[in-house]
Amino acid sequence: MSTRLASHGRLINRARALSFTFNGKVMSGFEGDSLAASLLANDQMLMGRSFKYHRPRGVLASGGEEPNALINLGVESGFEPNARATTTETFSGLTAASQNHFPSLEFDVGAINSKLSRFLPAGFYYKMFIHPRSFWKHIYEPIIRHSAGLGKAPKARDQDSYEHYYHHCEVMVVGGGIAGLQAAQSAAATGVRVLLVEQTAHWGGRAPVDGVTIDGLAAEDWVAQTLAELAACDNVVIRNRTQGSGVYDHGYALAYERIADHTPGDGRPRHRLWRVRCKQIVTATGAIERPLSFAGNDIPGVMLASAVRDYVVNFAVSPGDRTVVVTNNDDAYRTALCLLEAGLEVPLIVDARPEGGGALMEAVQASGIRVALGRGIAKVKGGKRVTGVQICAQAGEGSVLEEVACDVVAMSGGWSPVVHLWSHCGGKLIWDADQAMFRPDPDQPPLGADGAGFVKVAGLANGHLRSAPVLEDAAEQGRAVGRAAGGKVQKAAVPAAMDAEEVALSPVWLMPQGASYALRSKAWLDFQNDVKVSDVQLAAQEGFESVEHAKRYTTLGMATDQGKLSNINGLAILSKSLNAPIPDVGTTTFRPPYTPISMASLAGEARGELFQPVRKTPMHAWHDSHGADWEPVGGWRRPYAYLRGSETVAQAVEREVINTREKLGFLDASTLGKIIVKGPDAGKFLDMMYTNMMSNLQPGRCRYGLMCSENGFLSDDGVVARIDEQTWLCHTTSGGADRIHAHMEEWLQTEWWDWKVWVVNVTEQLAQVAVVGPNARKLLEKLGGMDVSAERLPFMAWADGTIAGIDCRAYRISFSGELSYEIAVPANQGLVFWEMLMEAGAEFGAMPYGTECLHILRAEKGFIMIGDETDGTVIPQDLGLSWAISKKKDDFLGKRAQQRSFMDNPDRWQLVGLETLDGSVLEDGAYAIAEGSNANGQGNTQGRVTSTYYSPTLGKGIAMGLVHNGPERMGEVIYFTKIGTNPVQAKIVSPVFYDPEGEKANV
Amino acid sequence: MKRNSVFAVAREAMRQHSGWGRTWGNPEAKKAYDVVIIGAGGHGLATAYYLGKNFGITNVAVIEKGWLGGGNTGRNTTIIRSNYLQDPSAALYEKARSLYETMSQDLNYNVMFSPRGVMMLAQTHHEVRGYQRTAHANSLQGVKTEFISPARVKELCPIINIDGPRYSVLGALWQARGGSARHDAVAWGYARACTDMGMHILQKTEVTGITQSGGNVTGVDTSRGHIACKKLGMVVAGHASVVANMAGFQLPIESVPLQALVSEPIKPCMDVVVMANTVHGYMSQSDKGEMVIGGGTDAYNAYTQRGSFHHLEETVRALIETFPMVSRLKMLRHWGGIVDVTGDRSPILSKTPLGNTFINCGWGTGGFKAIPGSGWGFAELMAKGESPLTDQFGLDRFRAGRFIDESVAAGVAH
Repeated sequence: MSTRLASHGRLINRARALSFTFNGKVMSGFEGDSLAASLLANDQMLMGRSFKYHRPRGVLASGGEEPNALINLGVESGFEPNARATTTETFSGLTAASQNHFPSLEFDVGAINSKLSRFLPAGFYYKMFIHPRSFWKHIYEPIIRHSAGLGKAPKARDQDSYEHYYHHCEVMVVGGGIAGLQAAQSAAATGVRVLLVEQTAHWGGRAPVDGVTIDGLAAEDWVAQTLAELAACDNVVIRNRTQGSGVYDHGYALAYERIADHTPGDGRPRHRLWRVRCKQIVTATGAIERPLSFAGNDIPGVMLASAVRDYVVNFAVSPGDRTVVVTNNDDAYRTALCLLEAGLEVPLIVDARPEGGGALMEAVQASGIRVALGRGIAKVKGGKRVTGVQICAQAGEGSVLEEVACDVVAMSGGWSPVVHLWSHCGGKLIWDADQAMFRPDPDQPPLGADGAGFVKVAGLANGHLRSAPVLEDAAEQGRAVGRAAGGKVQKAAVPAAMDAEEVALSPVWLMPQGASYALRSKAWLDFQNDVKVSDVQLAAQEGFESVEHAKRYTTLGMATDQGKLSNINGLAILSKSLNAPIPDVGTTTFRPPYTPISMASLAGEARGELFQPVRKTPMHAWHDSHGADWEPVGGWRRPYAYLRGSETVAQAVEREVINTREKLGFLDASTLGKIIVKGPDAGKFLDMMYTNMMSNLQPGRCRYGLMCSENGFLSDDGVVARIDEQTWLCHTTSGGADRIHAHMEEWLQTEWWDWKVWVVNVTEQLAQVAVVGPNARKLLEKLGGMDVSAERLPFMAWADGTIAGIDCRAYRISFSGELSYEIAVPANQGLVFWEMLMEAGAEFGAMPYGTECLHILRAEKGFIMIGDETDGTVIPQDLGLSWAISKKKDDFLGKRAQQRSFMDNPDRWQLVGLETLDGSVLEDGAYAIAEGSNANGQGNTQGRVTSTYYSPTLGKGIAMGLVHNGPERMGEVIYFTKIGTNPVQAKIVSPVFYDPEGEKANV
Repeated sequence: MKRNSVFAVAREAMRQHSGWGRTWGNPEAKKAYDVVIIGAGGHGLATAYYLGKNFGITNVAVIEKGWLGGGNTGRNTTIIRSNYLQDPSAALYEKARSLYETMSQDLNYNVMFSPRGVMMLAQTHHEVRGYQRTAHANSLQGVKTEFISPARVKELCPIINIDGPRYSVLGALWQARGGSARHDAVAWGYARACTDMGMHILQKTEVTGITQSGGNVTGVDTSRGHIACKKLGMVVAGHASVVANMAGFQLPIESVPLQALVSEPIKPCMDVVVMANTVHGYMSQSDKGEMVIGGGTDAYNAYTQRGSFHHLEETVRALIETFPMVSRLKMLRHWGGIVDVTGDRSPILSKTPLGNTFINCGWGTGGFKAIPGSGWGFAELMAKGESPLTDQFGLDRFRAGRFIDESVAAGVAH
């Protein structure tokens, strides 16, 4: 059984006992425990089920590489699926439940898959479930889906908050082991700003566990001393519980800080995403121990040798009473020594090397432990827990030589440097055959914008397995990045580390070497996804020879651990099957993040109300308190209509239209884009941006302008006013302001950078109100201050002045066909101005109106709306706007495009009005049907509806549309689609339905 | 080639699966082929397959620089739909969708086409009108779609927040027979079927030059030597401009990174594909349980298969807004591909200035769903010189200004 020891436990505080539950059972742990340690201390080795075969799974590792011990953590709004027990800190009140089983962890009906596993090899689903066709959707897939997935889907809304943090420094060091600490110290000594992050709560990495001494100090003490020195440096920022998660182009890196995962509900943000900009990065990310591939290596109780050591030393937890150690290297002997020291039994060490190891082996032998050389494990016995191992010759095929009872198998297949961060941005690897590992190739680093490498690797991650060279390497890399980042290197002694001598490992990719199919089909590579040696061999047999193909076919390395334990073993099997050297097979691509990070941390603060914060005009609150039915428009919300009493939206719109036509309406037009274009070349610039001539517009006058894309399509429209000799004010659509501003800047910055033009978006500096209707002038005259008469302010003129004491600029323009003034005031006067208009306008029947009324008013007049009449395929000529295209100019954006044969052709769909014969309203987006069908069997069309409304003014449906040669077909009746019923007949008419002579505005 | 079936799997289970042969060949290159296709992605392999199946042309080599299916075919979000607005697009994508329906049986390889339904959310009035227009267009195009209510959206996908504080859901364009498929299996199934017809798939073979004579291509120089051909098809997506340059012509293509990400696998909670274009995000759940999430394209041109991180932040924000439960999930992996984008965001399936050379590219962010239709039409174009499926997608449209622009309906998530 696994249990808590009386000795050891450097990371736990025995004075602080914690209570938590696992599958509803109350258990206890200590402060400082990982959840995996707490569970082991409560004799809970079985922690989950595997993905495919639902095999029992115990904890295998002690860190972020753990594939098995995944749990449903927390409840409701604090719930998280697939939390790794090895990287979850135990806290009081923690609620954990195991995953992927039914009805219970101990008894799981899904385990039938394990019995059927011979029928379910890699890729079986590509070869089955093909017939009959309908079964895939209705039977096979639902069953497969039902059994897929691991943790439960969260249901409740997230209770926690998250934040982003920007950090700028010269050097970032990832990893708080002795290499990271030393690299940080050496870099900091050069005077540059250093950020040091460590993913766990603790510093020092493996060295304190492995009994290293540094400068005569125990590693633990050296770590504490170095950390204190770093903390005292002004130029160093250190953070634990912070993982270096990803390295991106140009010295951008991500760090993921788990602030409050272990203190939920304390009011702090749960996670913080650090977005780091630095010049140089050192990854001192250590290495991960490799499992060995032997039959039954997935049975709970088989663990990494280093993890067994970690649980004893760090948490005072013994994973079992009798541990058999199996290894191909010297390091695993440390585990045996550690177990002996803790008073636990080690009946046997199985060393696959015929000659065995060095000093560590001798120390173990001196303690009286039997070491079997040249041996391997044929098979592990047990079901939900290891009961024993069968020993065989490593060089053989698995004939059992003896059987040894045990409840833990501690395995070590060597070490794989953590090269993920190095690789994220293009760093290349080399195969180190002596140490059987991929390590970073210093000659092929990730390159920065200057073509030089910006990542260096230090210590174990760089392939140095002994602590003395680790520290020497770390000091050198630290100095190198400091120098590269602009620091000054000082001479300093490198601390001297001491640890036991080791002899070389001997690569063992399969145990025993000649294992039979029966054994290979029980030898796991990927423990979570259930990929075995036989699966990778089958993939190779079937031609999945690229490592990427083999990965995708078998799902090797695609689990939540992303192959941290399985990839090297898997590709060694693949290379053997292909008879190709390991480096020729290569690795799959390392992608960020290093371990999974919360989606919420990516979103940061931008959630709920702060997700795309609503832009508000100065009158927003007024609208809200006066019945506004809101519509999102380009980052803003605009009132669609103002509801009164029990009105429906349609009734409100109808009332607003009639009132504006007959009396007086106000529209909050503040959202309209307002861009000032200024400078000696402003006129020349605007002549390029607009199809119209803008340079000859007189100060004091307005002109309706069109903008086209380079491809000739109409992209925006609006009224342009010339303010003075060098200044124009361009109105854009509400949704188009930012886009047009960027569009102008892009041309100025990339093409016409030598033109003297200054562009600024003043949309939010000005509140603007459209005062519309027959009573508009009467109201403004009542308020007084400026002359708004037809003589002083004729149509398409503007003037500065005051109205009721408020500075304003009044434009005599109309998008409704009525007498209309658009009046701009400083934004901070907007609400006062609006309220004054409402109050003074009461006697003239004033009402506010919303966007739908605006749309109807303009449609009744046949005015186009960008986004309705245009869709990125329409040119001004299609809309009867040829008059707005200057013939005098040499060039404008879109001119050349519009000369192309298909666009220059009059035989196009063109703007017309449409009236149904029965007065009904045509459906939005309806198409005009033509005879026959095309070569692909699609019904032919001859036009489409672009805007369609019920016109309260005319009491019937009206529409605008684009119809093939439409303007020449006035009076013709054509058919339009109607969803779910027969087509509707409509007559082609002029698009100007109301006041065709324009008399109402011309007063 | 051994036929796949449950019986074959059972038989093999009794003999340690020793009887399974190669899924595709690894042949020596011949000196010459009738047709050479550059690019063994989905589109290239599908083209070869339909050249053989529909036109009996089987002396074909498909040449691949890396591993087959390793470009955008193997790194997309596997959405299949045909609810396009413009006629030529709807015809092509609907042909593709209908071929997906029977692909597993046709190829005797389970590509797991799952017509679970695709919905495109309308979250502004403008979007509502756009999708209503698409529904009208689809009704004449023979594409079955409908505009559904917010209540129906919620019923089909309970994890959606239809009353978002920022953009509530006003409805959706729903294509019940849209869905997803296993992307790798599509490439593998075609590769297997092509091999079965005697075609050669030459992996790890890089094209380094194109040889010409009298306005026609005579063959390609490769890392395995010169390979002659009577007809050449270029189907290389992100690197289309590079290969076209070798042949001496230019393309109206920009290549940009597009990103995607997956969550850790969770138990099934979402049975449909949802695209939310106002907030820019789309998501589905794979058969393995991962939430598969599509992001946006970078603003700048590049050939790195990475992309800018801030796009992922924007995508994830959009998804948390749309599906609040996403907040408590973890991102497992994110990656990028290089998409080849044209001026009108529609593909190029075209003859070229060289008489016997054809190009298939420009699929931008939406190529996976088109694979079988693209292969079908492009094979016809290569075999006969014309095809109703591809005729509108010629290079000449850029010169004439006859764009096929889906931007109104498709937004970013093409």
